[in-house]
Amino acid sequence: MEWLDNFWAIYSTLALSAGTNVLLALSIYATLACGLLSVANAAFMAIGAYGAALLTVQAGTPLLLALMVGSTGAALVALLIGIPTLRLSGVYLAMATLAFGEVVRILILNAEDVTGGALGLNGIPHLVGFFEVTISVAAALYVFLRLAHSRFGRTITAISQDEIATELMGLNVRAHKLVCFVAGAALAGLAGGLNAHFTSFISPNEYGFERAVEILAMGVIGGTGSPWGAVLGGTLITLLPELLRGLGHYRPLINGIILIVIIIYSPKGLWDGLQTLLRRSHAGA
Amino acid sequence: MLRLFSVSKEFGGLQVLDSLDLTIPPRGVFGLIGPNGAGKTTVFNLITGLLVPSSGSIEFLGERLNGMPPFAITRRGIARTFQNIRVFKEMTAEENVLVAMGDHPRYGALKELVPGARRRGEKSDGETAGELLARVGLSAKAGQFAGFLSYGEQRRLELARALATRPKLLLLDEPAAGMNSGEKQELMDEISKLDRSGLSILLIEHDMRFVMGICAEIAVLNFGRRIAQGSPMEIRSHPKVIEAYLGDDFSAERHGP
Amino acid sequence: MLAQQIINGLSLGGVYALFALGFTLLFGVLNVINLAHGAIFMIGAYAGLQAVLTFHFSLLPAVLVAMLAAGIAGLSLDRLILAPLRARRAPHLAPMIATIGVAICLTSLVEGYFGAENLRFPLDTLPASTVSLGDVQLSWLDLKIIFLALLLMAVMLWVIRHSRIGRALRGLAESPKAATLLGVNVEGLFLATSVISSILGGVAGVLIALYTNSVFPNMGQPMLHKGIAVVILGGMGDVRGALIGGFFLGFAEVLSIAYIGSSMRDAVAFGLLFCVLLLRPAGLFGHAPQRRV
Repeated sequence: MEWLDNFWAIYSTLALSAGTNVLLALSIYATLACGLLSVANAAFMAIGAYGAALLTVQAGTPLLLALMVGSTGAALVALLIGIPTLRLSGVYLAMATLAFGEVVRILILNAEDVTGGALGLNGIPHLVGFFEVTISVAAALYVFLRLAHSRFGRTITAISQDEIATELMGLNVRAHKLVCFVAGAALAGLAGGLNAHFTSFISPNEYGFERAVEILAMGVIGGTGSPWGAVLGGTLITLLPELLRGLGHYRPLINGIILIVIIIYSPKGLWDGLQTLLRRSHAGA
Repeated sequence: MLRLFSVSKEFGGLQVLDSLDLTIPPRGVFGLIGPNGAGKTTVFNLITGLLVPSSGSIEFLGERLNGMPPFAITRRGIARTFQNIRVFKEMTAEENVLVAMGDHPRYGALKELVPGARRRGEKSDGETAGELLARVGLSAKAGQFAGFLSYGEQRRLELARALATRPKLLLLDEPAAGMNSGEKQELMDEISKLDRSGLSILLIEHDMRFVMGICAEIAVLNFGRRIAQGSPMEIRSHPKVIEAYLGDDFSAERHGP
Repeated sequence: MLAQQIINGLSLGGVYALFALGFTLLFGVLNVINLAHGAIFMIGAYAGLQAVLTFHFSLLPAVLVAMLAAGIAGLSLDRLILAPLRARRAPHLAPMIATIGVAICLTSLVEGYFGAENLRFPLDTLPASTVSLGDVQLSWLDLKIIFLALLLMAVMLWVIRHSRIGRALRGLAESPKAATLLGVNVEGLFLATSVISSILGGVAGVLIALYTNSVFPNMGQPMLHKGIAVVILGGMGDVRGALIGGFFLGFAEVLSIAYIGSSMRDAVAFGLLFCVLLLRPAGLFGHAPQRRV
């Protein structure tokens, strides 16, 4: 088993990042599946990260509780933004989340005494490992997969196709959208909390526009057809910089290109595009 | 059953409905006709809550509907179909009907996560959906994506979907549009059946033969006002109605083949 | 003191108004939320700066170069991204996501080429002279910025209200279907709108660059957020709203700097946005953004 230990020593951060990225991909999947665009998941990640980290660093809170607080904090903020905005058309949510993401970053930067400001938060206890991340990802996937084929999942799909028709089926569209938005925020908060506890250092710059774009890229790769798409999106985005060594500095550029190319040529995501290709090749053969 | 009291609706200076009074009785198919732009679809949008009256009130079974969110109105028993069909194109016919059954709270979202409970709920939902699809003659197409159904089939699917919400009042917005005479006859039979089963029906249509053939009572709108109301016989020869239509449709109907 | 504040408010407000006008124009006609508008604003700033640094242009030619660069960016945006999306009848989220991609690409490229540092205009290139109005010293640069902004606004208002292309654009904004049926060159008008919108953004960029004497790759993002706040305040797609909202925000920020301190300056826009969304989402002149039936 020595090679496994070696492997883990080198690639542990990468594997754990893949795990949290899958959670982030699922968080944006939750909103995209509903037909909503949220650019604030990076900010929710920050709330979860700082919330959990400050608790463990300053109050020695046990990990589970800290993660829950961070995640709930993100969810509450999402509720605050979502309630006034979701009664309007989806573009308002997109714009509000874009602006809001910046607000969080600025607040963290300015609350120097608490958060360490631009210098970041150091010395976060290394409490998260393979076990915690895997359990989280497995639990999240389980919930998503079960809901996908359920009444709730059908309603969400219907909302993404025609909100008005769905509302006239007696379904509270606004409430469903709120659930998706808040659940996405909670998940992003959880990912942030987990991430903080294996990287041991966080700073506001990690949660800015570039991170929001990266999360969006994961969601777009994955598409909204199935939660497995999120797994693909999260893993691919994590591995991409490793595969393209040397272009690490251009990560944001690559994410941007991914967004553009996929949304124009395979808007249902890479996952769906691959499935279509497979179906076509089988039909041909 | 349904009452509109002096309902007016204006859009940025344009008066679409002007102090409209309308009473829909609980029995008998009620028809709403009038030239294009008379405000008929606006009436439907007001009833279902997609629009709010500028003035006046709407009451259903004694309860005031003004300002109520559309989903709440549907839950109180008002369902509708659309003029331009709004089926969920990327879902199967069966799924379309299942969505419409989504609010019958037999089990909450959390139970969905428990394998056993959900399977039972899904099964009985599936059966009900199957019945509804059979009723509109779409059993064979249950697994087809709604986007691939023919125009007439999509209209029937909309009807099944509206029925799935277990309405007391059904609003049909031009249900016969684009159908051939065979399909129209089937539709008339289906609507008669629904009428006999106790469902209240309010209908917008342009096909006069269809309207005359199925409606017990008809109200005629023009420029947002009701200009006539009565039985098909009365409406057919009502001078104001003929004037509103400029005699075209009516002449064809009266002197037609 | 007051005169200086008014000048500041007009300068800042004028820039915000131009930026918002471009943003709202694209939404009104193409029904697209162009989240790359901030990046194009940034391109205008860099283009203006390069015009001055490399070619030693003075103020007006530099602004023209910025307009050219931004116009090209807008043209590319429309041809390469917005038009294909229109052709494929993409879902309504698609242009927003695509423009986010464009924004990050442009920012990343600019940062890669010019570096992430804050660049400044060389000392001798900016008009430093002042004008005396009574016992107040007003900067010539500020006055020129205000003049240019107001001039452009006047031109745009005239074009929209009285020219043939303006009428066509308004008709297109009302009903794309009717326009197509009437034989209007819809694609051409969409392209023109993208270009005009981007030019407005680019001019705002170079003017702000001159006003603050600072150019850096990420300058588009905070501007975009403010543009969003202005446009929502003024009413989505409404031209008057964009102009009035822009000046309102400009003055609000200037007042907040004077009385609360500059750290809270950026918060003004966000606070405004939040209040508008809560209280009157349609903004000053917009229609209630309820669902389309």
